[in-house]
Amino acid sequence: MTTTVPPETASGEKKSNALATATSVVKEYGIILALVVIIGFFQVVTQGRLLQPNNVTSLVQQNAYVFILAVGMLMIIVAGHIDLSVGSVVAAVGGVLGVLMTDFHVNPWLAIVVALVVGGIIGAWQGFWVAYVGVPAFIVTLGGMLIFRGVALVLVGYTRAGFDADFLAISNDGVAGTAGFLGSLDAFTLVVGAVGIAWIVISTVLRRVRAQRRGLVVESLGLMVARLVVLAVLLGLATYWIALSALGLPYVLVIVGVVVIAYAWVMGNTVFGRHIYAVGGNLAAAKLSGINTRKVNFWLFVNMGWLCGLAAVVVTSRAGAAVAAAGNNYELDAIAACFIGGAAVTGGIGRVPGAIIGALIMGVLNMGLSIMGVDPSWQSIIKGLVLIAAVAFDMINKARTKGA
Amino acid sequence: MSEPILQMVGIGKTFGPVRALSDVTMTVMPAEIHAICGENGAGKSTLMNVLSGLYPHGSYTGEILYQGSEAKFKSLRDSEADGIVIIHQELGLSPYLSIGENIFLGNERARGGVIDWGTTMGEAAALMQRVGLRENPSTRVVDIGVGKQQLVEIAKALAKDVKLLILDEPTAALNDDDSAHLLGLMRALRDEGVTQIIISHKLNEIMEIADAITIIRDGSVVETIPNDGAEGVNEQRIIRSMVGRPLDNRFPPRDPHLGEELLRIEDWTVHHPEDTHRVVVDSASLSVRAGEVVGIAGLMGAGRTELAMSLFGHQYGSRISGRVFKSGQEIATDSVPKAIANGIAYVSEDRKKYGVNLIAEIRHNVTSAALQKVSGHGVINKGDEDHVAHDYRTKLRIRSASVQQAVKNLSGGNQQKVVLSKWMFTDPDVLILDEPTRGIDVGAKYEIYQIINELAASGKAVIVISSELPELLGVCDRIYTLSEGRITGQLARGEATQESLMELMTMEAPRA
Repeated sequence: MTTTVPPETASGEKKSNALATATSVVKEYGIILALVVIIGFFQVVTQGRLLQPNNVTSLVQQNAYVFILAVGMLMIIVAGHIDLSVGSVVAAVGGVLGVLMTDFHVNPWLAIVVALVVGGIIGAWQGFWVAYVGVPAFIVTLGGMLIFRGVALVLVGYTRAGFDADFLAISNDGVAGTAGFLGSLDAFTLVVGAVGIAWIVISTVLRRVRAQRRGLVVESLGLMVARLVVLAVLLGLATYWIALSALGLPYVLVIVGVVVIAYAWVMGNTVFGRHIYAVGGNLAAAKLSGINTRKVNFWLFVNMGWLCGLAAVVVTSRAGAAVAAAGNNYELDAIAACFIGGAAVTGGIGRVPGAIIGALIMGVLNMGLSIMGVDPSWQSIIKGLVLIAAVAFDMINKARTKGA
Repeated sequence: MSEPILQMVGIGKTFGPVRALSDVTMTVMPAEIHAICGENGAGKSTLMNVLSGLYPHGSYTGEILYQGSEAKFKSLRDSEADGIVIIHQELGLSPYLSIGENIFLGNERARGGVIDWGTTMGEAAALMQRVGLRENPSTRVVDIGVGKQQLVEIAKALAKDVKLLILDEPTAALNDDDSAHLLGLMRALRDEGVTQIIISHKLNEIMEIADAITIIRDGSVVETIPNDGAEGVNEQRIIRSMVGRPLDNRFPPRDPHLGEELLRIEDWTVHHPEDTHRVVVDSASLSVRAGEVVGIAGLMGAGRTELAMSLFGHQYGSRISGRVFKSGQEIATDSVPKAIANGIAYVSEDRKKYGVNLIAEIRHNVTSAALQKVSGHGVINKGDEDHVAHDYRTKLRIRSASVQQAVKNLSGGNQQKVVLSKWMFTDPDVLILDEPTRGIDVGAKYEIYQIINELAASGKAVIVISSELPELLGVCDRIYTLSEGRITGQLARGEATQESLMELMTMEAPRA
């Protein structure tokens, strides 16, 4: 049935590629822009109260769990799954922590190790059903949501409190004073901030040089500089405010930073990370490429489990108590952060930095609306609308690319 | 003689630059069974889609005269309202609904939107009796066999008061008994006055049942012959008409240098994954030598892809038995990693489903089956990865802006080159290429053939599965024919012709 077909035109492909690049730029940097706009908006309406140094540190401390859970959730969403159980798992592991430290007087550091292991075991339980029995993750984790909420209630019959000061410091204290002060600024925080900014700039430039040497297409120089300037200014301001705060760099931010950097690297540079994208992008093709998709799915959930354990440590430390109702709706915060950050509902697409920015947007919304004294029910409505708007933006973008 | 029920006059249809049908004219008389024959891709299905309104009036040229007046169908609903019903090869039944519900699907017996169960089940029972289906109307479709499902489809058509019934490969998935029953039913319907158009590859069935045969090749009608038992109307004549196309320089020259035997399969038997008693591949044995390009020819449903996918990591079928030897050593291929480790690569016929990750970049697709080759201790060396992707992009002339481009933005030919790169990077000894040029334009096809030649020249064994006989004749050194899951013969390059292949491909397997 084929007669003649004109040779494919290179220009046609170039054009569609340029368009794809343009939309991906809007997509990728649109989210940073949205964050800046939201921060600016609240900064104005709260008459500058949003970015008071102590508010910045408490923003980080209150939302640390979202960052940690969003990282694990992003990996699960990229693989094409979902995890509805993380809030309950956080509560259950928090219960384990509370009981160990108060009823059995276990050393807090040992209790933390146990919490991470227990989280991993819970993840393995869920991973087993998803990966080896083939029960959809939606169902397994819906079951897990009920099961582990129940476990939390059983474990924490009454609220456990009165933890070791070391344990409480994790989410409530910072490095202020460890290396002295520069005026009213904490020196250690400034050093960390400066190193962070330098690292981002240097690694971006190095990556660009290397990519060019390999003949890859790189973003335009102007765009790169603009992006670096925006990031550097944001980080610089954050460093300044945090250094000015009573606590200095919160310990919990160190934990979050390590987790984010480590997992961004895992997703981008390791075989495991690549396999997650392959499984989510086209499961059948991944299988036929010899990827052990079951193993990938299993370890994904184990990973989510131990991150839930870490989140439980952070949350229990922050609250100073283990309560059965802890972790309520955490899964929704984490899922929303991923989708606002550009993850695709169908899997295969999503990046750790995106999820982190998504989590920041949620965090700033939370804090800004609270400072303004907006009623919690209205806060909920606004956050829901932001989530829908973010994903709708993604969909419209995609439809436009397709139509072109 | 009565007026024709259907006349298609000068039908033409193009898809972009591709001309699928040109000036097709055919006439169907009332209450006849009219067969349409042609190779895969000849335009049979396109013609039926034009007739049924799937391609609406205005999207084609020419005119359709149906029951004496011009038909301008805008959709399937329009043609169904006039009594034209098409039954596609993939059945359009909803598996978890009952037979009765399926018969009236989209045509519900209801009052004010509420299903009238009495009428539904009563009329369903009557229709089922008419097609000879002895089942309870409330049985779920998923619980009955394919043969009976086909009867449900026909009952569904009858419920729509069908005057012209189009059947696309109705017996492709049926066993002999079910086929015989279906053909008997078609005769009975003809006697009741239902006109039928049948598309089929099974020439023996067509000779048995059709009143007239129209043969289509490359989007045009070659001839329409009455099947009235006259001298010279036989399967050979149809085959000649179907394939009689001159061969030009569509293939690069081939100068094979054959080495030792690389792969041998003995008594490979595969059963259907669900219907575990149905044999899909029946004790097939074949071998390929280093530097050799071996073809597998077979009609749709002959078990070509099933053979390949069962061999490659048991990705198809159940109760698989048989032995595989690589350079004389028996090997295990019961998982994809094992098959890959043993130097086997499989390029699927369904590129988008099994071949590529469309949303990923070219470079990530290229390394996806052998990521360990560009990584150490689980960490990817991105420099090496880019280097590899660049090499293949240059070597296979993948036309793209860069190796970072998403595969979904490439043309079919370039996507296929990405898949070939991915498998070449696993450094296989044996490549199984399933329909390697499906959906690819002529220029890119030539390039794929060149790649096949180069692979063979570098000492690899290549197996090409294709439904296009000229392609097999153009690229292969030796061709096996597959019919109903059995290897029915093998022909060397010099002795194979389209006619001799088609004869072996349509050969009925001897009953076991």
